[in-house]
Order: sequence, then C-alpha cells, then structure tokens
Amino acid sequence: MSQVSMTVNGKVATGEVEGRTLLVEFLRENLGLTGTHVGCDTSQCGACVVHVNGRDVKSCTMFAVEADGAEVITIEGMAAEDGTLGTIQQAFQDYHGLQCGFCTPGMVMTAASLLAANPKPSEAEIRAYLEGNICRCTGYHNIVRAIMAASGQDVSGIAAE
Amino acid sequence: MPKDHGIGASPKRREDVRFLTGAGNYTDDINVKGQAYVHFLRSDVAHGTLNGVDTAAAEAMPGVVRIFTGADFAEVGGLPCGWQVTDRFGEVMQEPAHPVLAQGKVRHVGDPIAAVVADTYAQARDAAEAIEYDIDELPAVIDMKAALSKGAPKVHDDLTSNLCFDWGFVEENKEAVEAAFAKAAHVTTLELVNQRLVANAMEPRVAVGDYHRATDEHTLYTTSQNPHVIRLLMGAFVLGIPEHKLRVVAPDVGGGFGSKIFHYAEEAFCTFAAKAINRPVKWTCSRSEAFISDAQGRDHVTKIELALDKSNNFTALRTDTHANMGAYLSTFAPSVPTWLHGTLMAGNYKTPLIYVNVKAVFTNTVPVDAYRGAGRPEATFQLERVIDKAARELGVDPIKLRRQNFITEFPYATPVAVEYDTGDYVATMDKLEEIADMGGFEKRRKASAKKGLLRGLGVNCYIEACGIAPSHLVGQLGARAGLYESATVRVNATGGISVMTGSHSHGQGHETAFPQVIADMIGIDESMIEIVHGDTSKVPMGMGTYGSRSLAVGGSAMVRAAEKVINKAKKIAAHLMEASDADIELKDGQFSVAGTDKSVAWGDVTLAAYVPHNYPLEELEPGLEETAFYDPANFTYPAGAYACEVEVDPETGKVTIERFTATDDFGTLVNPMIVSGQVHGGIGQGIGQALLEGCVYDDDGQLLTGSYMDYAMPRADDVPFYKVDHSCATPCTHNPLGVKGCGEAGAIGSPPSVVNAVVDALQRGGHEVTHIDMPLSPSRVWQAMQQG
Repeated sequence: MSQVSMTVNGKVATGEVEGRTLLVEFLRENLGLTGTHVGCDTSQCGACVVHVNGRDVKSCTMFAVEADGAEVITIEGMAAEDGTLGTIQQAFQDYHGLQCGFCTPGMVMTAASLLAANPKPSEAEIRAYLEGNICRCTGYHNIVRAIMAASGQDVSGIAAE
Repeated sequence: MPKDHGIGASPKRREDVRFLTGAGNYTDDINVKGQAYVHFLRSDVAHGTLNGVDTAAAEAMPGVVRIFTGADFAEVGGLPCGWQVTDRFGEVMQEPAHPVLAQGKVRHVGDPIAAVVADTYAQARDAAEAIEYDIDELPAVIDMKAALSKGAPKVHDDLTSNLCFDWGFVEENKEAVEAAFAKAAHVTTLELVNQRLVANAMEPRVAVGDYHRATDEHTLYTTSQNPHVIRLLMGAFVLGIPEHKLRVVAPDVGGGFGSKIFHYAEEAFCTFAAKAINRPVKWTCSRSEAFISDAQGRDHVTKIELALDKSNNFTALRTDTHANMGAYLSTFAPSVPTWLHGTLMAGNYKTPLIYVNVKAVFTNTVPVDAYRGAGRPEATFQLERVIDKAARELGVDPIKLRRQNFITEFPYATPVAVEYDTGDYVATMDKLEEIADMGGFEKRRKASAKKGLLRGLGVNCYIEACGIAPSHLVGQLGARAGLYESATVRVNATGGISVMTGSHSHGQGHETAFPQVIADMIGIDESMIEIVHGDTSKVPMGMGTYGSRSLAVGGSAMVRAAEKVINKAKKIAAHLMEASDADIELKDGQFSVAGTDKSVAWGDVTLAAYVPHNYPLEELEPGLEETAFYDPANFTYPAGAYACEVEVDPETGKVTIERFTATDDFGTLVNPMIVSGQVHGGIGQGIGQALLEGCVYDDDGQLLTGSYMDYAMPRADDVPFYKVDHSCATPCTHNPLGVKGCGEAGAIGSPPSVVNAVVDALQRGGHEVTHIDMPLSPSRVWQAMQQG
C-alpha cells in the first residue's frame, strides 16, 4: 500500500492505495466522490473524465499513485460554492443535454477542457472532441447544442423540438 | 407562444441539477456498511459439460469470505420466463431451466460457474483466478439454421431440439395468403438480417443484496426498469421470499433501453448470498462482463415477400423469420419476435392478408430479449425495405407507392389482430416532404456529385404498438403478468403532493413531466408536486417502464388517482362552503361554488382534510390520498415518416448521414422538449444499428465484439443534427391524456430510411445494388458496389 496525497476540488485529499488502484477508484471509494462514473473498462466511454493539472484525463486510465501531488477537479467541483451551476452545466440543463445523466459528468468535464482551449468551437470541432465520450441517450444533438450555447454561440437556428 | 407551464410546456428538468453536479444516486454509488464484494467466474467456452469446480486453493486466498458454485443453488429455483408462446400446432414452447449458477453444463461464453465473495473486489477477482474447473468442451451451435439441422448439438439436452417454438400468425390466414400470392401481378422478395445488438446503457448493471436476520428482511438495490417485477419474479419463483419481506430499490438508473427490464442471475445471487453469509453483498458489472451477461437484442433472419396487384396495391404479405433466443429464455424473450413483431406487420398499410412465421431458436450465445423497440424495429425494417425494393422494381416513386397503400380510415382493424384507434399517415408524410426539403434534393445531389460523392434519399414510415398493454389481451397471448400500472397521489396537509408511480425513470424525465399533468388538473404550481418511484417500499405496485408505456399507462393511473383526490377534495370544499358537491368547480387551485363568489383555496381544503375540526366526518374519512390502477383498453399506435439523406464515398464505401428528418404523431405532448430528446436518442441508436453496430460471434461462440474497442457505438461525429416534428398529432382515443408514447419511435423508424438512402445513392451511381445487410460499414458498401 502507498500513501497518496492530492488536491481534489481545492481540498487536500490523502489515502492508502494499492499500486493497482485507479484514480477513479480512489475518487469514488476513498473520497466518496461518486459523481465520476465508470462506464467501460477500455478507456472508451469517457464517463470517468476528470481534470488533472488542468487537462482532461480518463480517471480509469490513471493509477491513483500517478496523481500523487496533482491538482484534480471532478464534476463535484464545477458548480459555485453556493450551488449555482457553472456555464456549461447550466447550458446542459437549458438545452436538455442529458437524459439518464450517467455520461454527463464526463461530458461536462470534456466540454470544459475543449472550451478552455477553443472558446468558440465549430459543430465539427465539438463532435470531434467528444470522440472519447459515449452517450447512449441523446443522439448527441442536444449535447452539441449545449456546448455551442455555453460558448456563447447562437443555437436558435438548430432545431430544438 | 409556447406554454410556460402545465401540459404542453417544456420546463427545465428538475432531475438535471443532481446529475450535473455529481449528486445522482446510482446503484454503484450505494454502499452498505460491512458489505462484501462478489466476482463471478464465467465460462470462457460456449458449450461444455462442467465436470467439477475445485475452489480449495481459492478459498485460502486473502479476504475470501465464501465461494459459491452450482451446488449451492441445486435446490434454488431457476430464473423464470414471463411469457409462454403457443406454437402453430397448439403446443406450448419448449422452456429450459435457467439456473442462477451453472448446473453441470455451460451454454454460452459468460455463463456463470462460480461466485467468489471477498472483502474487496480485488481480492474476489484474484481468488477467482485460483479456481480450477473441469469442462469438456462440446461443439457449439451459433448459426440458427445450423442449430435446427438434423443432428445439431443440443443446447439443452432435455429438450427435443433447439427449436423453442414455431409460431404462425395468423395461422388461419396462411392458405388465403398463399392464394393471394398465386394470383399476384408482382411479388417482391427480400432476404435480410436484422443483426444482433447490445443495448449498452452507459451505466453497467449493479446489484447490492442486504439482509437483516433479526427481522428476516431482504433488500436488493438494483439497476432495474421495474423493481416490483423483479420483486415478484425473484421472490416468488427463484428464492421463495414473500413480497413483504423483500424490498427492491432501483434508484437513479443510467439508461436501460430494455436491458434492465429482465431478472438476472446476479440479482438473485446477491440477495441469496447476503443471507447465506449474513453480510451485504455487492456486485458491479464491468463493461466486458456486460457484453457477455446483459441480454442482447434483435438477431432475426428474415425472408419477406410482398404481393401487389397490377395497380400496385398491396394484396398480401408473407414472412419467414428465424429469431435467436440465445442459450436461455430471458424474461420476456418469447414475446419479442411474436406479439411485439407479428402484430405490427401491417405497418401503415391496408394490406388485407398477412402471414408471419417465426421459428425461435436456442443457440450457444448470450440470451436475447427486448432492446429499444423490441420486435417493432424488426417488423418495420423488413416491411419498409421490401416496399422500397418493390417500388424500385416497379419503377414507381417509393413515397407514392406508400401513399397509395396507406390506411386512411380509423379505427382500423388489421389482419394481424390489433386495432389502430387513430392516426394520419398522409399528414406525417406531407409534413416530412415539406420539412425535409425534398424539393431541394436534386440540387444537393448535384453538389455532392461535384465532390465525387453519391447522394441518396431514403424514406420510410413506421407504426408501433406502445402503451403496453391491456392485461386481458396479453394474458391470452401468453403473458404471465398483467400490464396495468398503479399510482398513489398523496396530498399533504399543506397542499404539496407526492405521487408514487409504478413507472420508472431512467432518463425519461418523469420527475419533470408527471408534475406538469397534475399541476394542470389542480391549477397549482409544478414545484408543489414530487414524483416518487423506484422503491417497492414506497410505491404500492408497479409494472415499470418499457414499451413506451410510462405516460400512456403510468400517467393514466396517476390521472385516475388525481381524479379521485379531486372528487374527495370537492366534497370537503362543499362542506366548508355549505354547498352541494355537484356545484363545486376547481380552477387555478381554487374551489368555488358555481354561480356564486364563494371560494376556498386548495390549501384550505387539504388542511381541513388533515385537521378535520370542521369536516363531514360522518360521510368522509379524514386525509387526502388515493390510489388507482389503470389497465389500458388498447395499445397506443404512434406512427410517423422519416427521411435520411446520405453521401457515399465511392472510393471507400464510407456513408455519411447528411440530413435526418423525423415526423412523428405521438398524440398529445406533455413536454415537447423531452419528447424531442427521446426521438433524438432513438435516431442515434437507429443510425448506430444501420451503420455501425453489430454483435459478432465466431463459429466457436466466442464473442468477437466484446468491448467498445470492437463493438462500434455511435459517437458524436457519426451523426448530424436531426430535424424532428411532432405537430401532426392525432390524440389517442382511449387514455385520459390522449398520449401515445415516444420512447422507441426513433429507434424503430430510423434504420430503414438509412439503408433505403444508401441503396438509393448506389443505384443513382449506376450500381445494381438492391440490399446490403446492416451495419453498412465501409467494407460492406464498397464490396456491394464492386459486385453490383
């Protein structure tokens, strides 16, 4: 067992882990941050995306010990202190960008990374960036709309209903 | 001006806040103090005799609590099947045993052999690797026709063959159908495969069993679309636990699409094992495990023939389908290729004579059951493909041929035993032609041609039977359950309302949409109403959510219960205002006496119900809570018309969906935003089936598509924005809301238009291609172009 220590959503988090313990397991089981989900075991679905040192990372593909000393942000860290949803979160609600909600944390974290690097992405750029995030409910229509809207683009021309 | 509240409005979903902040409560988020973890050792061969399982070394591994094998379940019931089909000859289907853990034989890759319970997951997995088991591998049967051939290895030794049933529908029509074919002016024949799919809800299945010895009470937390059904099936048929000692909780569930309807072995195991070791037991399915343990979908091989007269009227339809059941009968498997498929073969057309033959076959593959649409996509695909082929053979416009044969008068009794109550197929097709801008197709085709790409346009119609289902009817058809729904409307003293519904939400937004209905009925704010679901200890009874039934059946039960509440509240109001019950009106949350200015508020009445100081106690009980069960009089029949435009790259065979348009008639819409979202998601899955997805077994029964590395799920860059329209609404005539259901339409209606579009593109490009089996991968399309 190893001792790991990292900053998660602005707070110091420490714990004992095995070498094989994945970052997502540490977040969910040791820290009780169950917003980060596991939807596959081949790093394909993206339900487990978190930010590690400012980059979007599939937390099922990183060992907890690799994140020792890192700055980690999870979906639980995306709203304001008073609970006000962040811009991307609010856009997902406004544009019905989620249904069952299981892929949603990963989608929001991935979208946040995209918009940090590319503040006004085109539809094609959004779809390409979401290549590593699978949603089975929405057919992606409203996810793409939500991300476009969150980046300040007018989506009124895209059929809503 | 869109409505801002009540029926027809699109308020933001209240459930979204918890999902968007990581505060959802999915089953894997539930941990019971002291829980142990189970890992299942599963067969790695498709068929074999299990001679023995040696657990001695594994039991000595660190953290192991107990290892269970088939011997521990020898006296425990098997997993039941909820539907019994009667075949063409009046015999009931062959129904094999379905043990929780393998009993002497394994029948598909993934069949559970042993279960290791340990202090941690990692310890359970480690110990499973130390189990030694002795299997004599047997030849596997994978292909359905081979499975029915003489001398084929039998999946179940105690059955007479691998034929589960040979079903004819309607058997009495068979000769008349043959006579119609004999005198047809034209017959179009198409052989096709509706390939096996995996539902792939993004949340893998989870089960947590808990047991309290002091009270002999069991709790199962599980990823289910219908917790009461699991309580009944598992309690009554597998473990012998009465309902009052068994609580089943299905909290937030991350998608289902049918795959979480069924009662699975892992649920029974965790419930059983928690008592056996007197400690909670948790199982979390990995995605790889889901591919070999979740019931799969579709897998039909069909020959369909359409007879037409010299004026191009459809005169008869005949189909011959082999339907794969897999190795065991999953909970509702026999209903899918029969009553959810044969009854829909009339589609939107007045074909007078129809005969459907389905042979259901056991193979050494994962069991097959309902997946979004369940039987109806299979019916729609073959019908809409053969019509398209007929139009091309006859040189007539595919839309014109459809229009000519549309059913236009309702109610309409089909030759396949159902009666469509309402619809307007001309209107949805008119709307489709308009909003898909079919007039602009030729211009777009030329633009594609300039880029060296072949552009095609495909159209299809669909109808489905939803709002499942009238109990008396499905009882005659083989269902071993009733398919009503229940709801309790509990009004609290201060006027707020809890609705306990048997419907289950796993993405459909019931917590937002159901209150819109109640708010309209009473005239109060939606925020005063909460929806409670997914827990057998809170909801009296429920048949759950599938078959696009939640609003049509569960919503109707809620309306009936609310009507009872309002009737009682009017009596209380009448007492408070010293008026007659019959004169009381309820509007905008105020009870008033007709023709007077007397009124009392909703909250005054609800308070009086619970503080009955001034109350007609001799006539009415205090309190304000009512329960209703609603059993539908008929199915509902959503219908629509879809159009797809594709570009095909002749160099590579790659298909790109350029435009996708859907016009649907869902009757009354409660929340148009949610309805559109349901259609979008269905279209996404339908495009997935048409272009990408397919479950492949090799000849030995090894699943070659066992992960997201191999099973191609549709991703954001595989699909376009969709244009959807629901304005051509003909309300359902037999439920109180006029709703029809919208959950499956997109998945039913979209695959044929994609394939029709690709065939159209290739034919316009000079290729004599009449059909390509799904998924239309670049290699399949390219090969078809080379051959045609």
